[in-house]
Amino acid sequence: MTAAPATTTPGPFRTAGRALRSTVGGTLPVLVVLAVIVGIWYAAVAPMNIRLALDQAERSGATVVPETPIARQEVSVWRLMAQNPDLVPQSYAQDRPRLPTPGQVAGELWATTGEMALEGRAMSRRSLIFHAWVTLRSTFWGFLLGTTLGIAGAIAIVYSRVVNLSLMPWAIISQTIPIVALAPMIIVLSAQVGIEGRGVPKAIISAYLCYFPVLVGMVKGLRSPGTAQLDLLKTYSASSLQSFWKLRLPSSVPYLFASLKIGIAAALVGTIVGELPTGAIRGLGARILIGDQFGTPLAIWAALFAAAILAGVLVTLLDVAQRATLKRMGMGR
Amino acid sequence: MTATPVIEAKNLDLTFQTADAPVHALRDVSLSIGKGEFVSFIGPSGCGKTTFLRCIAGLEEPTGGTLTVNGMSPDAARRARAYGYVFQAAGLYPWRTIGKNVALPLEIMGYSKQEQKERVDRTLDLVDLGGFASKFPWQLSGGMQQRASIARALAFDANILLMDEPFGALDEIVRDRLNEELLSLWARTGKTVGFVTHSIPEAVYLSTRIVVMSPRPGRITDVIESPLPAERPLDIRDSREFIEVAHRVRDGLRAGMEEDA
Ligand SMILES: Nc1ncnc2c1ncn2[C@@H]1O[C@H](COP(=O)(O)OP(=O)(O)O)[C@@H](O)[C@H]1O
Ligand SMILES: [Mg+2]
Repeated sequence: MTAAPATTTPGPFRTAGRALRSTVGGTLPVLVVLAVIVGIWYAAVAPMNIRLALDQAERSGATVVPETPIARQEVSVWRLMAQNPDLVPQSYAQDRPRLPTPGQVAGELWATTGEMALEGRAMSRRSLIFHAWVTLRSTFWGFLLGTTLGIAGAIAIVYSRVVNLSLMPWAIISQTIPIVALAPMIIVLSAQVGIEGRGVPKAIISAYLCYFPVLVGMVKGLRSPGTAQLDLLKTYSASSLQSFWKLRLPSSVPYLFASLKIGIAAALVGTIVGELPTGAIRGLGARILIGDQFGTPLAIWAALFAAAILAGVLVTLLDVAQRATLKRMGMGR
Repeated sequence: MTATPVIEAKNLDLTFQTADAPVHALRDVSLSIGKGEFVSFIGPSGCGKTTFLRCIAGLEEPTGGTLTVNGMSPDAARRARAYGYVFQAAGLYPWRTIGKNVALPLEIMGYSKQEQKERVDRTLDLVDLGGFASKFPWQLSGGMQQRASIARALAFDANILLMDEPFGALDEIVRDRLNEELLSLWARTGKTVGFVTHSIPEAVYLSTRIVVMSPRPGRITDVIESPLPAERPLDIRDSREFIEVAHRVRDGLRAGMEEDA
């Protein structure tokens, strides 16, 4: 009862309170989840790396229980940690860890991006900025191709019963084929028809993953006007071109942006998959592969995080574009 | 009475073929509506009021009988832009401002930009929404949205206005206001109006003629000529004549129901 007057107090306090609450309300849960993930990650580093740490300690002459690597194979990581408490911290300082610490990954990421950029070597072969740029370029072309195909396909499906019956099943089947199996074939085939380099096949693989969510979303969006809205246009004897531009297309805009966000993430995954098959030396996918071949887990992790950050940035950009567009259309509140 | 009727239905029949049983939505409906009349259709849910209006609009194809609008087939009349249709839900496009919503039929019908602007201004004034052209639908109340949808139906030069329970979702006070405005609008424009409603007072207050319908199958059970004068202030609803007409409508509705049971 005593709280009631406070909630009805008008004026700037309430507004400020609401603004504060919504900001905190938005970021606090995210920070909590992040902290939990980082915590679990840190905790996992010790059991993951303890064998490496003990092997290394043994080589440098420390006493380890049990004494030989063979004997240690028989013992669980938990026992090893319990029996060698002094050596556990070494798990966190491995050069080639099974699982690097978040700090190590952040360090590697910084060393291959910001630090190199400060030295003016952002576009060197060893810089992740260079590789991210290569991946981003292919993703962009794949996204453009994929969305164009997706939107065109959706229009054809909505306006033609025949296309609806013939194209839709193939679109669905196309997504059941594992892209990792298809990617090398696309690369080989495009080399066969004389396409130089990886750019085009990568964009095709990327478009292959990207077009589907756009197609499905746009079909749904273009079909979203109800019979009442279509009847209204019929009373004006509107042509189907007019009902497309004046009703179906604007109705589909919210669906379009939802699909574009999924589509760009899919396009990025497609590009990275296209960079994995042997032979690629540029792009984040190639960095992941090379890291694997040369046994440099830090490079893999840094490339993975670079890819995740790139995806986050792209989706955020689309989100901003969505808000701005819907607001301009009077639909964002 | 010698003038050719604007809307003429003779022995109209419509049966919907549905998945289970066929639905006999209209049976033997004959009605002639003259120029400048205000005709209300009243009856319980499912008696075919909407279906009849949609037939007139060429949105539904009768399965029997003849129907002409302005002496043409309903389809031809629709293509000739003979009528404006107001649906139960305002159905404004959320991405268009009120002015742009009213301009929608004008854009489709190819009016010039200049003419569009003039007509939007004029019709918005007509429904008392003068200053709201640049607002978005969500910024308006339900009653204002419905007024905008009426403006949209008035923006082009159709001589017929078809309205399907346009005020059904509004509260009574707003409804009274809109009824009054609709009457004065009708008096000023001289349009022929077909108006579907659930409400007896609304039908009696607005109409020159009231068509009572009853369901299963949908048919006309009574047609009542209103003795009320053209000039109708809201308090006419307390007059003896008004109450008598309302009684007759109620009796007609009841008779239809009993016959049904
Ligand atoms: N498209 C349709 N398909 C099948 N039945 C319909 C259709 N439209 C209306 N009906 C049926 O026709 C009858 C009359 O409906 P309607 O004209 O909407 O009645 P009202 O508007 O008087 O409530 C109802 O029984 C309804 O279920
Ligand atoms: Mg109805």
